[in-house]
Amino acid sequence: MTDISRFINIGERTNVAGSIKFKKLIVDEDYDAAVEIARQQVENGAQIIDINMDDAMLDAETAMVKFINLIAAEPDIARVPIMVDSSKWNVIEAGLKCLQGKGIVNSISLKEGDEPFIAQAKKLRRYGAAVVVMAFDEKGQADTVDRKFEICKRSYDVLVQKVGFPPEDIIFDPNIFAVATGIEEHDNYAVDFIEACKLIKANLPYAKISGGVSNVSFSFRGNNPVREAMHSVFLYHAVKAGLDMGIVNAGQLVVYEEIPAELRERVEDVILNRRSDATDRLLEVAEKYKGTGGPEKKIDLEWRKKPVNERLAHALVNGIAEFVEEDTEEARQQADKPLHVIEGPLMDGMNIVGDLFGAGKMFLPQVVKSARVMKKAVAYLIPFIEEEKDGVRETNGKILLATVKGDVHDIGKNIVGVVLQCNNFEVLDLGVMVPTQKIIETAKAENVDMIGLSGLITPSLEEMTYVAAEMEREGLDIPLLIGGATTSKVHTAVKIAPNYNRSVVYVIDASRAVGVASQLVSETHRERFAAEIRNEYIAMAEKHAAQQLQKKRFALADARANKVQLDWDAYDVPVPAKPGITVFEEFDLEELVARFDWKPFFETWELHGRFPDILKDEKVGETARSLYEDAQAMLKRIVAEKWFKPRAVVGIWPANSVGDDIEVTPAPDQNEPVMLRTLRQQMYRENNKRPNRALADYIAPKESGKTDYIGGFVVTAGPQVEEIASKLEAEHDDYNAILVKALGDRFAEAFAERMHEKVRKELWAYAKDESLGNDELIAEGYRGIRPAPGYPACPEHTEKRTLWSLLDAEKNVGVSLTESCAMTPASSVSGFYFAHPEAKYFGLGKIERDQVESYAERKGMTMAEAERWLAPNLNYDPRQAS
Amino acid sequence: MNDRKERVALLRKRAEEKILILDGAMGTMIQKHKLTEEDYRGERFADWKQDVKGNNDLLSLTRPDIIKDIHLQYIAAGADLQGTNTFSATTIAQADYGMEHLAYEINFESAKIARQACDEWEAAHPGDVRFVNGAIGPTNRTASISPDVNNPGFRAITFDQLKDAYKEAAKGLLDGGADALLVETIFDTLNAKAALYAIDEVLEERGEDVPVLISGTITDASGRTLSGQTTEAFYNSVRHAKPFSIGLNCALGAAQLRPYVQELSRIAECRVSVYPNAGLPNEFGEYDQTDAEMAALVKEWAETGMVNLLGGCCGTTPPHIKAIADAVANAKPRTLPKIEPRMRLSGLEPFDAA
Repeated sequence: MTDISRFINIGERTNVAGSIKFKKLIVDEDYDAAVEIARQQVENGAQIIDINMDDAMLDAETAMVKFINLIAAEPDIARVPIMVDSSKWNVIEAGLKCLQGKGIVNSISLKEGDEPFIAQAKKLRRYGAAVVVMAFDEKGQADTVDRKFEICKRSYDVLVQKVGFPPEDIIFDPNIFAVATGIEEHDNYAVDFIEACKLIKANLPYAKISGGVSNVSFSFRGNNPVREAMHSVFLYHAVKAGLDMGIVNAGQLVVYEEIPAELRERVEDVILNRRSDATDRLLEVAEKYKGTGGPEKKIDLEWRKKPVNERLAHALVNGIAEFVEEDTEEARQQADKPLHVIEGPLMDGMNIVGDLFGAGKMFLPQVVKSARVMKKAVAYLIPFIEEEKDGVRETNGKILLATVKGDVHDIGKNIVGVVLQCNNFEVLDLGVMVPTQKIIETAKAENVDMIGLSGLITPSLEEMTYVAAEMEREGLDIPLLIGGATTSKVHTAVKIAPNYNRSVVYVIDASRAVGVASQLVSETHRERFAAEIRNEYIAMAEKHAAQQLQKKRFALADARANKVQLDWDAYDVPVPAKPGITVFEEFDLEELVARFDWKPFFETWELHGRFPDILKDEKVGETARSLYEDAQAMLKRIVAEKWFKPRAVVGIWPANSVGDDIEVTPAPDQNEPVMLRTLRQQMYRENNKRPNRALADYIAPKESGKTDYIGGFVVTAGPQVEEIASKLEAEHDDYNAILVKALGDRFAEAFAERMHEKVRKELWAYAKDESLGNDELIAEGYRGIRPAPGYPACPEHTEKRTLWSLLDAEKNVGVSLTESCAMTPASSVSGFYFAHPEAKYFGLGKIERDQVESYAERKGMTMAEAERWLAPNLNYDPRQAS
Repeated sequence: MNDRKERVALLRKRAEEKILILDGAMGTMIQKHKLTEEDYRGERFADWKQDVKGNNDLLSLTRPDIIKDIHLQYIAAGADLQGTNTFSATTIAQADYGMEHLAYEINFESAKIARQACDEWEAAHPGDVRFVNGAIGPTNRTASISPDVNNPGFRAITFDQLKDAYKEAAKGLLDGGADALLVETIFDTLNAKAALYAIDEVLEERGEDVPVLISGTITDASGRTLSGQTTEAFYNSVRHAKPFSIGLNCALGAAQLRPYVQELSRIAECRVSVYPNAGLPNEFGEYDQTDAEMAALVKEWAETGMVNLLGGCCGTTPPHIKAIADAVANAKPRTLPKIEPRMRLSGLEPFDAA
C-alpha cells in the first residue's frame, strides 16, 4: 500500500477500447454524456485522463478533435493533463493540435525502425509533449526482461542523443502481459516486467515507467475480486521496482494489506512466479472469492439500541467510526435537509466533545478520534447537501493552516486542525512547504478569518517573519497565529509581531488553539483580546531588548582562549574498526521498537509525564493507556507487514581540528579535505571558571600530531511514513495519520540511538564492552555524543549540507534537504559522532557579530546569509549598524 | 555590429551583467500623433477599399518616420531591446483590414525600421549596441476557446492556420533584421504553442539560433490566462521551446502582477521578463501611473532578484522606460536556478510528476 500513494493514476474510462459505455456514447455522438464520463474520472481522482478513439466504427481523428475541444471548455476537467492515446500518428497529431497544456502522447515505438521514430519524436518535442514509448521494435513486442530493457535503452539513446528529447519527458511502457494463462511461457511475464522496471530506473536517468495494469489479470475475466487482488499485488511489487504511473481504475483497487491472506499468497505466487503450480492453486481458491465483500460486521452492542441521535453522540464521544455511515443515513432520512444532520445531532455530539475537552475530561488523542468520526459523517452527507444546494453551513470561522516554506513537519499542525474542526471552525489546511504567496493568495481568495503558521526547524522562524511582513505589504487585515516546536512567545513578540500591524498571537499548543481562535472571531471580545495581546507583546519585546543590552559576551578571541583544555598527549585515539561509509538497508523494525523512548510520543499528544508512570496517572492514565494500546496495535502491523523500510548511513573519517573548524578527510584517495565549521560559546565566564565550548574542541588539533576521527550519520524511518499518513488522511482518518507519523518519529529516534550504539560497539568500537539497558541509553550514560546540526550545540542548519555530501545521504538513504535544510522525509535524524570521553552536549547561546563575521568568511557566506541562518543565536540586531 | 550571430552573443552576455530593458508601448506613442485616416493610408493605399485607421502596423509602410522616431526615443531612454511595430502583423489579424497579403512585408519593413534606429544610435554612440526584438502578437482568434457560447466545441482558427501565419511573420522579422523573436501578450497558450512550433521550424530551416522570448498575459486577479491556465501551467506548456526568457505583460499593472512574477521567478529555469501596463486604466480608459510610481514597484523586484528583463506595456512612455532603466541600472539580474529535471505537465493547472 505504501508506494501506491505516489503512483500516478491515469483515468481509463474515456477510452473506446477499454469502455464499452464510452464507445457507445461516441458512436452515437452523445458527446454531452461522454464529457460527463471525463468529469467523473477527474472527480474520482484521475490525475491525467487517457483519451482513445481507435475503433473501426469511428473516424478517430474527428472524434479525438471534437472530444478534446469539448472538454477544453470544462475547467474542472481541463485542469488535468491529457494523454492522447492512439496507434495512428495522424490521430495523435490532431489531438496535440488541440492541447494548450502539456500532455502525454501514447505511444510511439521503434516498430518500424529508427527513421519514423525519430521524425515523430522530433515533432513531439516541437509540440511540447511527453511521450510513452512502447517496448516494441522491428522484431516485435518485447516479452523477456532482456528484450524489454534492450529496446527501452535503444529508444532512450535515440531520443536523448539524436533528437535532443528531454529524458524527463520519456515514459516507457515495457508491456504488461497476462499471466496464469495456463501457458508455461507466460508464467514469468509479470516478473519480467518488474525486473525491467528496475533496470530502466537504474540505467535510464529521469525516465518514467507506465503500463496497462489490467492486462496482467486478463485470464480471470469475470472474477473481479481476484482480478483486483492481482492488480493490487502486481502494483505493490511493480511500483516498488519503479513503475510510476499506469492506466488503472483507481477506485477499484483493493489495499494490498486487506486482501485475504490465503488469496494474497496465491496471487503473489502467480505474479512473482514462485512455484510451478501457482496458477492451479490460484484457480482452486478463485471461485471462493468471486463476489465476496468486505469483512464481517461485528455484533451489535448495547448502545446500538438507543435512538439515532444518541448513537451518533455516543459514536462521536467514544470515537467509534464503525457504524457512523449507517447512523448518519438514518438521521438524514429523519431530517428535513441533510445539512440539518450536521447542524443538529452531529454538532450536538461535537459540542459535548468540545465541552469535555475544555473541561479537561477528554484528551487530545480522544478528540482526534472523535474528529475522525465527524469527518466520515460529513463526507457521507456532502453529496446529498450538494444535490440539494441548500446553502452554507454556519461555522465559527475559517482558518487557514500551513507549515511554512522549507519545512516538512506537520504533526502538531494537523492536531491543531483537527481540534479546531471539532469546535466548528472550518479549516483550510494547505499542507507543508507552503510558499508565502500561496498562503496569502488563498487567504484572500477564500476570505479566511485568520491564518495559522506552523514550523519545527529554526529557519522556519525566519520564514514566519517573512510571511508576516508580506501579509503587511499585501494589506491583509486578519489575525496571524504562530505555533510549532521552535516558536515561542518571545520570538513571536520580538521578531514576528513587529512586522504585521494586526493581531499576531503565539499559540503554545493545540489545547489553546480553540480559545485563541474563538476570541479572535468573537464580535464582543475581539478588540479587547487583540489589544491585550498586543500590549503584552510590546512590553515583552521592550523587556527583551533591555535584557539584551545587559548580557555580557566575550570577544571571540577571548572565548577562543577559554576553550576546552584536553590533554591530547595523554589521549589514546580510538581507531575505528570500520572507517568510511556503512549503509544499512531495511533495518529490522522489531529491534527498533525495543529502543523506543515513549515520553516524547506522549508529549506529541500533549500528555505530559514520565513513562510508564503516565499509564497509571490518575487524570490522563486512561487516555494514555488507550493511546498506548492503539500505538501498540499499529506497531504490530508496522513490524509484521513491514510498513516502513528504515535506512541508515554512517561514516567515520580521519579528522583534526583547526581552530574552530574540523578538517575531515573523507576518503584515503581524496586529498581535498572537507571542512566542518563549528561555533563557539561567547557567554561571559567569571574568571574563566567554565570553558567557552565549541564542538571542535573535542577533536585532536592538527598541531597535536595525532590523527583523530569524527563520525556522521543520517537515519530515516523511510518515506513510507508520510505515504501511509496521507493515505489515511484521504480516508478522513486523522487519528491514525497522526499516530503513524508520531510512531515514524519514534522509529527514527530509536534508530539513531541504535546506530550510535552500533558505532560505539562495532564500527568505531571504542566501547566494545558497553552494556546498558534502554533506560540508561535514553539517559545517555555512555561515552561520546551525537549532536545534530540545528540543535543547541551546532544550531546552524547548513552544516547538514556538508554532512550530506560526506555521507552521500540522498543517494544512500533517500533523505534530502529542503531549502531550509529540513530533512525530508520528516521521520529522519542526523548528526555527528564525537568519541572523546569528555565530549558533552552544550548550548551555543547567543553569539556576537565578530564570530558571525568569522563564520561567514569561513563558510563563504555573505554576512546577511550567515545572519539569517544564525538569527536565533544573534546577540545583536543585524538591522543596526555595528 | 552587422552580424546577427555576434549581436545575439552580445545580447546573451549583456543579460548576465544587467537587467535588460525592454521598450514601452508603441500604440500609446502613436496615439499622441492623432493621426487621421489619410495618414494611415498614405499615397500607396489612398484608394484602399476599407478604412484602415487603427491599423498601427500599417504605419511601418506608410509613416516609417513616426515609427523610427518612437524607437529612437525608447533607445535614448535606455531600452536595450526595441519591439518591432508588428503586434497585429499576421495574415490572421491583418484580414480585418483586408491586408493579409501585406503581412510579410509589414514584418520585414518593421524589423528594418527598428534595425535602422538601432544602427543609427550605435553609429552616434560607438559600442552601444541595441537590439531588435521581433514582436509576434496573439492574433485576434483563439485556438482553444470557442467564440460561440452555444457551441463550445467550435474553433474559429486551427493550430495549422496559426502556425502558417506565424511562420510568415517570423520569416519577415528575421529577414528584416530582428535579433530576437518575442511571442507576446499570450492569452491562449495554444496560439503561443503554434507560434513556437512555427519559429522552431523556421530557425531549423535557416540553421539559425535566435533567442525566443515568451510573454503571457494574466488577465485578472484570478491569476489565470484568458484561456484559463495558471502561471505555472502556462510555463509548463511552453518551456519545451527552451526560451531565452519567460514573462508576463499587459492587462495588469506592476502591483497586480507581482505574485505571478514571483511565481515565475521560483519555477523558471530561464530568464524572467516583465513589462506591465502603467497601472490599471482609470474610468476614462487611460493609464495614469507615473514613471516614478512604476519604477518604484519594479525596482523592488530587481532588488529581490526576481527578474532579468523589464519594460513597459500599455500606457508606458519613454519617461517610464527611463525611470525603470535608471532605477535598476545597478541591480543584479536574477540568477538562473538549477532545477532538477522532472516531468512537468499541465492542463489548466500544473501537474508535477515528481
